[in-house]
Amino acid sequence: MTATTTSEPTRTGGVRALYSGNAGAVLGRGLLAARSSTWVVVVSGFFEPVFFLLAMGVGLGTYIGDVALPSGREIPYAAYIAPALLAVSAMNGAVYDSTWNVFFKMHFGKLYQAMMATSLGPLDVALGEIGYALLRGVVYATGFLTVMQLMGLNLSWTAILTLPAVLLIAFGFASLGMAVTSYMSTFQQMDWINFVLLPMFLFSATFFPLSVYPEPLQWLIQALPLWHGVELIRGLTTGELDGATAVHVGYYAALVAIGVVVTTRRLRALFLD
Amino acid sequence: MKAGAPCPYRAVTFRLVPVPVITATGLTKRYGELVAVAGIDLEVAPGESFGLLGPNGAGKSTTMRMIGAVSTRTSGDLQVLGLDPDTHGPEIRSQLGVVPQEDNLDTELRVRDNLIVYGRYFGIPRAECGRRADELLAFAQLEEKSKAKVDDLSGGMKRRLTIARALVNNPRVLMLDEPTTGLDPQARHVLWDRLFRLKERGTTLVLTTHYMDEAEQLCDRLVVVDEGRIMAEGSPASLIREHSSREVVELRFGSRRNEAAAERLEGLGDRVETLPDRVLVYAGDGEAVLEQVARLGLHPTTSLVRRSSLEDVFLRLTGRSLIE
Ligand SMILES: Nc1ncnc2c1ncn2[C@@H]1O[C@H](COP(=O)(O)OP(=O)(O)OP(=O)(O)O)[C@@H](O)[C@H]1O
Ligand SMILES: [Mg+2]
Repeated sequence: MTATTTSEPTRTGGVRALYSGNAGAVLGRGLLAARSSTWVVVVSGFFEPVFFLLAMGVGLGTYIGDVALPSGREIPYAAYIAPALLAVSAMNGAVYDSTWNVFFKMHFGKLYQAMMATSLGPLDVALGEIGYALLRGVVYATGFLTVMQLMGLNLSWTAILTLPAVLLIAFGFASLGMAVTSYMSTFQQMDWINFVLLPMFLFSATFFPLSVYPEPLQWLIQALPLWHGVELIRGLTTGELDGATAVHVGYYAALVAIGVVVTTRRLRALFLD
Repeated sequence: MKAGAPCPYRAVTFRLVPVPVITATGLTKRYGELVAVAGIDLEVAPGESFGLLGPNGAGKSTTMRMIGAVSTRTSGDLQVLGLDPDTHGPEIRSQLGVVPQEDNLDTELRVRDNLIVYGRYFGIPRAECGRRADELLAFAQLEEKSKAKVDDLSGGMKRRLTIARALVNNPRVLMLDEPTTGLDPQARHVLWDRLFRLKERGTTLVLTTHYMDEAEQLCDRLVVVDEGRIMAEGSPASLIREHSSREVVELRFGSRRNEAAAERLEGLGDRVETLPDRVLVYAGDGEAVLEQVARLGLHPTTSLVRRSSLEDVFLRLTGRSLIE
């Protein structure tokens, strides 16, 4: 506030006009603002998949008994759906912040205008906000993983690798969520997101294998992100890893890359017109 | 070399002409068919307090946003602190303080956190942000509100917080878009006082306004803009000298009789201007005009002699009043 011109350290990056290397400040802002969020809503988001696990896995599972993996190995029904619900909890957490919360910030909060008037660039904002959203996914998923461990549903030591895996899944959904939301301008359009999420949750080999569907439908589901998450996590908790695991990881890496690029472009188009 | 010995090779350079902090030539912004800024040229020197005065839709905010590197120009040249906003956005913005036309404080954060978090956006270390936040809260006279929610502040307080926030990175240039619009007279004076202090400390100010008293109070130099073009440029005093007479006589005859009266006043003073609610006579000596009016047998319901203001300059240049 003095007239002396102690200019702040200016950061120079390859993408100088887009990035100041300070996404952490955006993430930090999210964490600070989270203190004022409604905790009931946040906590209920965690319990949703837990309730599904108890109702379907334990409750319904007693009637279903064991189910066969593609390898022919039989595992309890609860151990079959638990990894799927783990992927779902990572998705839920990541999607919640990257869709509705981002939508409100974009259209009502003027937060991004304010950020963009500082040395932050659109890539800082995109990474910071996506990072904050994915954090929630990771927190939900870690909680869920603990529940799985306590219930003895982690069947292989590779289950420990679900931690980086849920990070990747949450990152993918947060990037995708924010990218899609950046194109939304009305509440009706936002409802479409829920309209897509629910069937994706139910039919992505979450509660029963893909083989029950006709082939075209199988292709469709395999194109959607949740199926890859479910298969990736299920492979890790059951210890059945194969070449497909790499495909799932690649799918999410691509999702992250596309989501971040699209979000950055949209933020630039909207706030640096 | 011994410590403290003067370095024999140190080059000493003197800058006789200050390098401008902002230079624009032919700066243009189009939104589709609409030309918001139609090729303006301007230069702002360091330490100067520069104003853009103009009515609604003149292109003031658009110009400010282009200078602030948050809006890309359609054509023309623009240098801010020696850099091109198209390629060095973050670098330019790191040295600017921006007070937008509409407050965009972070309503999810408390007052003090607004300052700290904003400082973090500039990459300033957290401890330093805290120190500056306290300093700025004192400057903005908001110490008591440190833990308040933003939504609970009055309009004037929000504006002061926005200005404090804009100062958190020790900006070389402070950009203020209508800093006092919508505030009551007292809040405006408090704000002017704060801005005046900054000016005294040597901060370069660029501000827009459609209040001529504000422009007269705060600006060393200003441009009058209308429909995206610069109509005139100079210090408030020189603009008035050039484009208006020393005094103005305001006569009101009642809305239906103004036209008729104006016809009979023709030839008085330097110039007669008819507005819907009054007739203005521009003259060097207002009292003399009043006597002539009485001699003509005209009896205005109210009459007043005042000094010319920027409002009159604007009217002269555009044929319209500044505030519609
Ligand atoms: N994002 C935008 N898209 C389309 N048109 C715009 C946009 N921003 C500004 N304009 C138009 O550009 C013109 C200049 O607007 P600007 O906001 O710069 O005026 P101003 O001088 O700041 O006016 P005011 O005193 O009302 O704030 C107006 O006609 C406005 O409608
Ligand atoms: Mg404006």
